[in-house]
Amino acid sequence: MATMSMIEAIRAALHEEMAADDRVMVLGEDVGKQGGVFRATEGLQTEFGVERVVDTPVAEAAIIGASIGLATAGMVPVAELQFLGFAHQAFHQIGFQLGRFRYRTLGRFPLQVTIRAPYGGGVHAPELHSDAFEAMLANAPGIKIVAPSTAADAKGLLTAAIRDPDPVIFLEGLKGYRLVRDEVPDGDHTVPSGEARIAREGDDVSILAWSYQVVNALEAAERAAEEGISVEVVDIRSLVPLDEDTIAASVSKTGRCITVEEAPRTAGFGAELVATVQELCFLDLEAPILRLAGFDTPYPMPLIENDYIPGPDRIFDAIRRTVEF
Amino acid sequence: MEPQRILDADGTLVGEVPDGLDDDQLRGMLRLMLVGRRLDQKAIALQRRGKLGTYAPLSGQEAASVGSSFAMDTSVDRLVPQYREQLAMLHWGLPLGTYLLQRYGHPKGAELPEHGRLYPQQVALAAHAPHAVGLAWGMKLLGEEGVAICHFGDGASSEGDAHEAMNLAGVTKAPVIFVVQNNNWAISVPLKLQTAGVIAARAAGVGIAGERVDGNDVLAMFAATRRARERAVAGEGATLIEAVTYRLGAHTTADDPTKYIDPEELEQARTRDPIERFRTWLTSEQLWDDEREATVVAEIDELIEQATVDFDAAGPADKAAMFEQVFAEEPPRLTRQRLAYESEWKGA
Repeated sequence: MATMSMIEAIRAALHEEMAADDRVMVLGEDVGKQGGVFRATEGLQTEFGVERVVDTPVAEAAIIGASIGLATAGMVPVAELQFLGFAHQAFHQIGFQLGRFRYRTLGRFPLQVTIRAPYGGGVHAPELHSDAFEAMLANAPGIKIVAPSTAADAKGLLTAAIRDPDPVIFLEGLKGYRLVRDEVPDGDHTVPSGEARIAREGDDVSILAWSYQVVNALEAAERAAEEGISVEVVDIRSLVPLDEDTIAASVSKTGRCITVEEAPRTAGFGAELVATVQELCFLDLEAPILRLAGFDTPYPMPLIENDYIPGPDRIFDAIRRTVEF
Repeated sequence: MEPQRILDADGTLVGEVPDGLDDDQLRGMLRLMLVGRRLDQKAIALQRRGKLGTYAPLSGQEAASVGSSFAMDTSVDRLVPQYREQLAMLHWGLPLGTYLLQRYGHPKGAELPEHGRLYPQQVALAAHAPHAVGLAWGMKLLGEEGVAICHFGDGASSEGDAHEAMNLAGVTKAPVIFVVQNNNWAISVPLKLQTAGVIAARAAGVGIAGERVDGNDVLAMFAATRRARERAVAGEGATLIEAVTYRLGAHTTADDPTKYIDPEELEQARTRDPIERFRTWLTSEQLWDDEREATVVAEIDELIEQATVDFDAAGPADKAAMFEQVFAEEPPRLTRQRLAYESEWKGA
């Protein structure tokens, strides 16, 4: 076991997959000499060359569109979008093309494509950089979406994503890149998509979260424990496919549920979780499901963004309200 | 940029007949062009009788499609087509019956040849252009022989994807050929409202080769595409070929062009018919005559007839296709949806 930051775990996964399989290539803006603006691809071009670690033109639709073509040729592209906010410029290639190629060709052209993107906010990035539109992505069929909260899961999920025969969007919580550090298993470590993780066991209330919100939820759970409230934190980590069984088992046990996300509230992915929980756990619920999210505003300027993103304080407050209902 | 031409509108040879075309191939090109013209007539009739969904006729563009296709090596090259490339798709081995099923909206119409060198027809304009670049780039990285060819229209050329793709092709030197079917119309919007520039001239701006060709001249289209292919194979990268042609029919069967096309302009365009001029020249070369025309047209009609038989034999659409091939493995959540759907439809 080695202790790694999230960014180191991501780099390790890329490095190992490129070393193991000559078809794996990395492409995106500034991924070469620069090693990516967050250094996720640092050193890869030196080791694997300019043909496999490619600085592309600043053209997000072409990065994803070309990745589709590359995959059909037999390469295994791992595309980096510099910020998820920029993925809007590639959205038609993601939603309309990438997620539908297998289906539209009756399986003739499956697409082994991974898209990595820094996700969410909380790091004072300039406006239009930080974004959390996982719900838009989840509404595009045919694409898996994973969003780890630990370095170990980052390595395992990214490794599995690169090997997955279908497209996977790998969301990298911006705030956790360097703040999150944990033990990463040695050797070949994969975490399959479609499996949630119980990040903390508890009995009184279940919190459903993903990416950096898991870290916030764990902090709030720790505070709640001091007041005698036992919180279970479910790290969703795979939004598509969604592990309904783990979610249902947790909520059925605790009878209370809170969802936490950093996206706009209306039609956010939390709404999907709430609908799922009430379908599967209706008779076990002892309180209304609480939903914490950003607001229905554009992502705000950096100096006030921490009031937009749910943090430990809001989560702690929600825990109390749910338990006291 | 005056379009390159080998055959004048009246069928007079004004250039060199390109190398690499024997008599059978010359006749084969006219035959495929005639397939297009007859298919348009038959498909429009089927659509009117409710047997086909929306159909996009290609009349007027046969030379651009056929000339560019014949210049490629279908045993190694890959076609990334837009929806109006019926003839190119047939040339790459798509059965006509499957094509008709596609137009009908039947799930079986999505079947593509097993050889994998024919890509699905693209309906989202120019979205396939970056796919073609990635494909060509990948073939180059893997050391595979072969070139990608990608058709789209003058309307699609305004899309950001077209520009992004051509620019990426420039820097990667991907072996890809873009054929812009400039048929003067994007549904009802004429070229002059689409762009104030010359489409082929954009090639220079992204560092790829550009050719402007009379798209109604099948020999000129063949020659330009063959040159582009040679450049691609030699590692010199991509080419943009602007085929200057004219859409003689409607955009699709859902469109009424009498609302926006000047009848005089249309009449003028008919005098530049790509089939007429090629037939005239082939006849002057003693490679074609009325008797051969009658035989070939009868064969084509039989081919189309057989395709409609295959079409009918496909049977009703299988509802199970709804849930197939979303992912390699069906996620449990989708399984639950499928089971719920199946119990509803079987109960009905």
